[in-house]
Amino acid sequence: LLLCSVMKRVPRDRTLFVSSLARRLSSASGPGPKVCIVGGGPAGFYTAQHLLKARDDMVVDVYERLPVPFGLVRFGVAPDHPEVKNVINTFTQTAQHERCYFYGNVNVGTDVSVEELRKAYHAVVLSYGAEANRSMRVSGEGLAGVFSARDFVGWYNGLPSNKELQPHLNCETVVILGQGNVALDVARILLSPLDLLKKTDITQHALDTLAASRVRRVLIVGRRGPLQIACTIKEVREMINLPDTAADMLPADFESISEALKDLPRPRKRLTELMMKTVKTESGQHKANKSWGFRFLRSPLEVLPGPDGKRVAGIRLAVNKLEGSGEDAKAVPTGQTEDLECGMVISSIGYKSLPIDPCVPFDPRSAIVPNNMGRVKDTAGLYCSGWVKRGPTGVIATTMNDSFDTARMLLKDMDSGMLNLSVNKPGGQEITALLKERGVRAVSFPEWEKINLEEVRRGTAVGKPREKFLDVKDMLAVAWS
Amino acid sequence: GVSKPCVHSLSTLLDTPTLSVHLVDVKSETTAHLLLHSLCWSSSSCKVLLHFVNQSGMKTSVSAMEGESLLEVVINKNLQIDGFGACEGTLACSTCHLIFEDGVYEKMEPMADEEMDMLDLAYGLTKLSRLGCQVTVERWMDGMTVRVPQEVKDRREKPEAEI
Repeated sequence: LLLCSVMKRVPRDRTLFVSSLARRLSSASGPGPKVCIVGGGPAGFYTAQHLLKARDDMVVDVYERLPVPFGLVRFGVAPDHPEVKNVINTFTQTAQHERCYFYGNVNVGTDVSVEELRKAYHAVVLSYGAEANRSMRVSGEGLAGVFSARDFVGWYNGLPSNKELQPHLNCETVVILGQGNVALDVARILLSPLDLLKKTDITQHALDTLAASRVRRVLIVGRRGPLQIACTIKEVREMINLPDTAADMLPADFESISEALKDLPRPRKRLTELMMKTVKTESGQHKANKSWGFRFLRSPLEVLPGPDGKRVAGIRLAVNKLEGSGEDAKAVPTGQTEDLECGMVISSIGYKSLPIDPCVPFDPRSAIVPNNMGRVKDTAGLYCSGWVKRGPTGVIATTMNDSFDTARMLLKDMDSGMLNLSVNKPGGQEITALLKERGVRAVSFPEWEKINLEEVRRGTAVGKPREKFLDVKDMLAVAWS
Repeated sequence: GVSKPCVHSLSTLLDTPTLSVHLVDVKSETTAHLLLHSLCWSSSSCKVLLHFVNQSGMKTSVSAMEGESLLEVVINKNLQIDGFGACEGTLACSTCHLIFEDGVYEKMEPMADEEMDMLDLAYGLTKLSRLGCQVTVERWMDGMTVRVPQEVKDRREKPEAEI
């Protein structure tokens, strides 16, 4: 028996990556398929990842409006949920792939049109997400002290366009409309001890505002009942575990719930049981400094102004009853109303996509790009992935699967000849030339890495993972220094 | 003389970067097997044979190290499961969802609330499901089969109801 010697194995995580300019240029001008992705968030990167892995002649260019990549992973995920941001590592690997190019600071729709992209590439994938928010469509929505959760989250997460939001937290009660995980993120950030928050990548101006906050009570209001609540158990547990904060639930909301418990699937059952436990333990309890609670069967009717007529002082809610049961139960107004006093209203009822370019079909009712499994309707060579394709719900993993689906569809179309690969396309070279003519300079991925390093350096100085730049011009100054 | 299956199982068992092997001429197969097993069992961490059945039903057998998490096994052995372990083992997703055999599941360490909270969001949840990042390879798992569920998804995707 001969035992053969075993070679020392190359560690699997070492990328055999030849970063020479010549090699990059040759693949960029080579005959393989060239795909353009619009949007540098999770959908964009997961779509790119799948495409690059599938064909070794594929080149993928990712265009992003901001100088910085990663979309809602950077601007949406709560600062105290850093583990959720671990996906940035896999996106970074994708961006550093020799056949992937990142073009930040390019606004598709104004700097370059989708039509121009379609001419330069074999296929274009729209992955630009949902930048707007659904409106409550009630009067008083424009009063001072009323915000969308999308703007509030953007503000504490350093989204440049929310830099000037300046929410005043000098009121005692905040009412949040909507009971999804975003609503709970907002509530948690409003009530978390500063000691915890100051070690996260939350922006400094948010920390300063929270340090001066007088908010002591947050009510999270939903149209339907406890059995329809959209948030998930981890986030509810985090609320319960908030230091010096009591749960303020109404026992009446849970009265008829016990009988339904035994028939519920485990996830819904555990969540409901957890909420019911807070009702039991908190009744007649020691007084904590702060409180949070769910309010059910209430829809916003009107935001009520204070005496000066300019700032919110309360909210009028319609009292609902449920028709039907389970996940499909419907909220129906009873005709009764209820007023809640508050100094701030945050509507967390959903994000919303916007149309990007007149040549791209867009359904204003559903606010998505009409598509068939990722293929944009009536528009050859155009695809979509992520929230702009499915609507703005789901977590990163949902978007991941969705992006893989779109990539698979695109690859299928390449294999079948539906996408004509026999024609060479100029790809990024043509677009870069166009941009140069228009005085637009892109930020490359190595240039983002300079921004990244500087943010980390600034953060380390104050005990945070990073201190984000709030201004595009500051980002660009570092990128091009 | 040495049989082909013997050499094959040898190379599987010995694929570790830190182990160096010397040429030995052993006359009998039995002795060879004994030698091998004593090498394995006397080392501080033991190899455990695991079978993974992926989304398309294909089975891959790997030798894992005692003490590794199943997520680490999937990564280290490059098992090519699309989107597995998105949050890198920090209990912030459910993409490392795996399904176990009945007899194996009941012997495993019970789940903490934190794992169940995330697992409850997994697509295709079964009574034999666990998150791979929370399961550590142990010697008694030798020979077990683990299934990747049909779709690696997360339940937090149901659309919010219309206003």
